[in-house]
Amino acid sequence: MSWESALLTSDATPAGLSGPRATPATRRFDVYRNNVMSSLVNAMRDGFIVVHRLVGEEFFAAMATEYVRRAPPTSPCLTLFGADFADFIAAFPPAASVPYLADIARLEYALRRAYHAADVAPLPAEALAREDIADARLTLAPAVRVIRSDFPIYAIWRANIDRTKPSSSTGAQCVLVTRPDWDPIAEPISSEDAAFVDALAHSSFGEAASLVPDLAPIFSRLVARKSITGLEMPA
Amino acid sequence: MLDMTRGHLPNTAGVGFKPQHYADIISEPGAVDWLEIHAENYMGDGGRPIAQLRALSERLPISVHGVGLSIGGCDALDREHLARLKHLNDWLRPASFSEHLAWSSHGGVYFNDLLPLPYTSETLTRVADHIDEVQETLGRRMLLENPSVYVGFDETDIEETDFLRELVRRTGCGLLLDINNVFVSCTNQCRDPRAYLTDFPLTAVGEVHLGGHDEDEDIDGTPLLIDAHGSEVVDPVWTLYAETVARMGPKPTLIEWDNNVPDWDMLEAEAARAKKILSGARVN
Repeated sequence: MSWESALLTSDATPAGLSGPRATPATRRFDVYRNNVMSSLVNAMRDGFIVVHRLVGEEFFAAMATEYVRRAPPTSPCLTLFGADFADFIAAFPPAASVPYLADIARLEYALRRAYHAADVAPLPAEALAREDIADARLTLAPAVRVIRSDFPIYAIWRANIDRTKPSSSTGAQCVLVTRPDWDPIAEPISSEDAAFVDALAHSSFGEAASLVPDLAPIFSRLVARKSITGLEMPA
Repeated sequence: MLDMTRGHLPNTAGVGFKPQHYADIISEPGAVDWLEIHAENYMGDGGRPIAQLRALSERLPISVHGVGLSIGGCDALDREHLARLKHLNDWLRPASFSEHLAWSSHGGVYFNDLLPLPYTSETLTRVADHIDEVQETLGRRMLLENPSVYVGFDETDIEETDFLRELVRRTGCGLLLDINNVFVSCTNQCRDPRAYLTDFPLTAVGEVHLGGHDEDEDIDGTPLLIDAHGSEVVDPVWTLYAETVARMGPKPTLIEWDNNVPDWDMLEAEAARAKKILSGARVN
């Protein structure tokens, strides 16, 4: 029995260990096993606060333990641990009764990622006020993400961050994640606006703008959120 | 070796930086003369953590303490992680860099704990090679911390203090003496912490750690202390600290409090207690 498998997957104690009076090292080895699992589950709990609130401590700890066993961290930088937790939840049968849970995890991860994203200066508004902007390719800040869901995930997330604001929304919601300064922001946007933001990654500004009935609100929101960081004209 | 440092750790008291204390530190650090950060928390691309660290480094000397390099591991050092450490070291130019005599990764999995290794001639050679690689990559001398251990290895045939002394001789590294770890490990192995400290190569010490531990029991009722960093430093550890400082002279001393982090006033009071002991010591 190696330390590695004993720490994560089995309940056996590795050979060759002992306590000071030749006592078996079972209890002593358990200290390491508990440290490893509890520290990683704690990291998950800190990173997925709303998922934790929605399912409660017991369910969350069991689900996170199963996740850690199947997909333990591969890097010592735990700030971005849990990248595929949402996918894990979506395929985790006991969580099926909370169908929006995976999308909440996706939103929380996008916010954490945004918190640690690179600092890139936004383009000044005047750089965007040009007649030929339809041909331009815009670059968005690394923090920007759009999360789409068949459920009202913004309302659910918001109600669980601030319990004085209960959720009353129903139906599908898209959420825009940005980070104008240091604190990430999540806000609901229409599916057309979401399509516009996504299209900016691979289309000209004009092509992306054709997807949205009213360009001004989403465009000025991206500018206000300091989310447009580059502009390139075709050669 | 190039001098990659900015400032130096003074022979006074520092604390482990926690973001909730940022405003207190920036306005008035009080008895706290330097800060220590965990390297792995400052390896993101940007955002508030890095901006705060940049601002703190303008104000106080910073010690970078790595918890994830797995210097005591069987595998080769993780080159990507070493490159991230080098990047942090290059832009921050901290006053000190330290890591642990422990392992935390194996076969590409990171366990997020400081796991122990047997002390043999084979592990000695491997750890020395890893320290050489770290010091060459970072272009600076590092400090290596003595661990808290809960189990004994049948294979071990070198005393921990001799193992550390030999690492210092082979690599030129310094040592980070964690007196709480000494207390925890010696209690857990039914050994005398004073004897351990008498054997410890104090001339190589570049920094001291003080922290709290939890108390548990083994199956046979013998005490089992857990290095938890979630409470005050206990009196027996303060006594060992004062005795050690009296022998070796004042050294930069850190209050480590990583879990159940107290408010700033309480943490600063612990630093002030260490500072008082340091100010009474002779200067070697």
